[in-house]
Amino acid sequence: MKKKTRKPIVLLVDDYPDAREMYAEYLEFSGYEIVQAGNGVEAIERAIDSHPDVILMDLSLPVMDGWEATRRLKADDRTKHIPVLAVTGHALTGVSNNAKAAGCDGFITKPCLPEDLVGEIKKALARVDAGDKHRRSGHHAKVKA
Amino acid sequence: MRHSAPNSRRRAVAAQRAAGKASAMARGTRRFSPWVESPATDTAKLELLEGFLNRSEIADCTEYALEWLSEYGGLTQALCLARREGETTLAAIGSYGFGPGALSNFTISLEDWRNPLVQILTNRRHTFFPALTASGHERRRRPSTPFEHSAFHVLPLRTSTSEEALGLLLWGGTRRITPEIEWFGTAFALRLAQLLRRLALSEGDRKQEYERSLLRAIVNAVTDPILLTDPEGRMLIANARARTLFVASEEESEGRRGAVGMNNMLLSSALSSKAIEETGAMRRELLLVNPVDGSDLLFELLSTVTEDARYGTGIVSILRNVGDLRRATEQIEENYRKMRLAEMQARAERDRLNLIIDSVADPIIVTDASGSTSLMNDPGERLFATRPGASPAEQRRVQANDAHFSSFVSGMLLSDDERRVGEVNLLDPTTGGLMPFEAIAGKMMTEQGELTAIVSILHDRREALERAALYEQLKQVSDELERKVHAATADIAQQNELLRRQAFELEQASTLKSQFLANMSHEFRTPLNAILGYTSMLQQGVAGPIDAPIKRHLARVASNGQHLLSIINEILDISRIEAGRMPLQVSKFKVPDLVGEVLAELDSIIRRSKLEVVTDVPKDLKPIHSDRQKVKQILLNLLSNAIKFTPQGSVKISVRALRAPKSLSMSVSDTGIGIAQDDHQRIFEDFKQLDNSPTRAYGGTGLGLSICRRLADIIGGAITVRSQVGKGSTFTLTLSHTR
Repeated sequence: MKKKTRKPIVLLVDDYPDAREMYAEYLEFSGYEIVQAGNGVEAIERAIDSHPDVILMDLSLPVMDGWEATRRLKADDRTKHIPVLAVTGHALTGVSNNAKAAGCDGFITKPCLPEDLVGEIKKALARVDAGDKHRRSGHHAKVKA
Repeated sequence: MRHSAPNSRRRAVAAQRAAGKASAMARGTRRFSPWVESPATDTAKLELLEGFLNRSEIADCTEYALEWLSEYGGLTQALCLARREGETTLAAIGSYGFGPGALSNFTISLEDWRNPLVQILTNRRHTFFPALTASGHERRRRPSTPFEHSAFHVLPLRTSTSEEALGLLLWGGTRRITPEIEWFGTAFALRLAQLLRRLALSEGDRKQEYERSLLRAIVNAVTDPILLTDPEGRMLIANARARTLFVASEEESEGRRGAVGMNNMLLSSALSSKAIEETGAMRRELLLVNPVDGSDLLFELLSTVTEDARYGTGIVSILRNVGDLRRATEQIEENYRKMRLAEMQARAERDRLNLIIDSVADPIIVTDASGSTSLMNDPGERLFATRPGASPAEQRRVQANDAHFSSFVSGMLLSDDERRVGEVNLLDPTTGGLMPFEAIAGKMMTEQGELTAIVSILHDRREALERAALYEQLKQVSDELERKVHAATADIAQQNELLRRQAFELEQASTLKSQFLANMSHEFRTPLNAILGYTSMLQQGVAGPIDAPIKRHLARVASNGQHLLSIINEILDISRIEAGRMPLQVSKFKVPDLVGEVLAELDSIIRRSKLEVVTDVPKDLKPIHSDRQKVKQILLNLLSNAIKFTPQGSVKISVRALRAPKSLSMSVSDTGIGIAQDDHQRIFEDFKQLDNSPTRAYGGTGLGLSICRRLADIIGGAITVRSQVGKGSTFTLTLSHTR
């Protein structure tokens, strides 16, 4: 069970500052703690050092794109338990499939209103909670940062 | 005592002699008891003569005589020789005072005239051979005898009548020959002459008896019955075969004896007929009973009368088994008939074969193992046989043909191949034209693997060659044609290639267009995201409370932003459809579930509209096979349109499974503003909303139905509309092949 007192940490990855900052402002307003990254490499560094509860990952990124970053996060024991939600302006079906193949746990198409994004985050965190309960009951509990 | 025995008769004599001696000695010891060298008295002479009369065997008699001589004549060692009638040797008939074996092989050939003993036999003179002294001057006249070097007398044994002596008495020692001894010689010679004559006579009897037994054996060996009967038909002599028919002992069965009795009666009656008396010979048939099995036996009876002064008349009958003869004759006839039949069959077979061989148009030649032709059919003869009256040229050609073919066959004869195929070029004997043949030859072997014949078939290759030439022409024409077709094809191929390249370029252009649209959509979305996001945040008062007029303005910004987003989405959809990026993806799904999902997604709009939305979906509808995503998109579009254009009233979704043709229909009906008949087609075109004015009352891009129709095309469905202005509309999606 997650402690009610601690704010969930959301890692926001997007190279377009207007979008990133807009979501950051709204998510802080909605009661989340925000960590930001502008490309894939930064995203991996932040994911390791700030232990986010959920990662919102834009796919078209400089330096390292979102697909590759997600693959690495999911291949790393330290980060693979963190749900990654792809948030992208690509609306084609192929893109969402690629994202799933890279290891994304959810797919959100932009434009996405800030309040809708919060709904998605809540859903993802609820899934993690349910998974935690399941893992605990099956004696596979993993200590969460 | 041992003698050489050149024949069995002499062996018999020797045996008799031995037996005689034993008995004589037994008697001698009894009768001549110990007088030593007492002179022979008249009593003794009488005794000798009596003894001679009691002894009929030569050997016996001789032994006795020598015993007597030792008694009354002082004999110590003697040898008695005699010649038998018809023999050419002088052989020992008795001896005295010699050890066993001393006289073995002692015979003298009468032809040996130089032998003094033989001479004495002729001159009948008593001769004395004195003992041989060291000087040896008497050796010349001395015969070889068992006495060796000792002295001995030779007394010829002769009767007064005989010219030659019967035998010789060789008396060992130098004793003088007394008148008694001479008397003895005469007496013994007389007796010996008697006995020798008797022996000669008995020899003749034995010979006769032997010849008789031979005759009997011959007669018995004859398989035909032979009989000698008296004129009354009584059996005198019968051979073995005749006895089986005419003689039965008491022990034999009743039936057999009856048959034998019957046979005798039949024979008697046959023989008693007058024919014999008249002609002396007779030939007639006689039916008898076989005593063994009771069957009939047919004989031919041949009878001959034999007259003998002493023994009277007899009839010799020979019975020839006519039954056997007849059977043999029949057998021969049957065999002959079979042979003829087989021959006829063989001939028919051969005729048939010949017919077949002759009817084959190809020449067939059979060559024997020596290489000469043993058989050929008519076509063969035309090539290899000269016709009567053929011209010299024709004859030459035939010879040439023969030589060609012979070399082919001889090659075959020399090789181990069982079959051979070769080419033989012959000449037409009449025209001289070349006749190329293919020769196929096979060897015919016996079971032992010996070559019996070679069968060759010649196949005329002219036709094949002509055909080949024709084929070659055809091939040329065909090649020409092919070349032309090829050229034409190359043209077409070039054009095709051009088209293909153009198609590829078009495709590429299309792909580029799609890519451009996709990128453009992405680039539109990114700023739009920020616009819509910040507008929403302002409306929510994230940055602080706002006034009502500003709120109204923000609502306009938001709705126009949303509209722009819809346009972008729909343009993207159309471009994807046209680029083929929306392929058919068929899955199996339940229609009621799909309808539920559509209602859920439009739930907020429905609630805002205040319309009554009802569904009519059969509960027992079976799952269908179709593209779920596209069906859903169509239904969403139709339902949102219905809500959009229905100010009040209700919207109804109906699903129906149709039987014929098997299909599924999904209808969305509303009580809205309706569409004029003329516009029923236009509404499916791009960017066609009926009211196209900027101040139109209804939102939307005008692309919705256009997309629906495109999607319906992809999934093999159709969208139809029924509507009247002011009376609502019904859009129906019909899906066939949903199974």
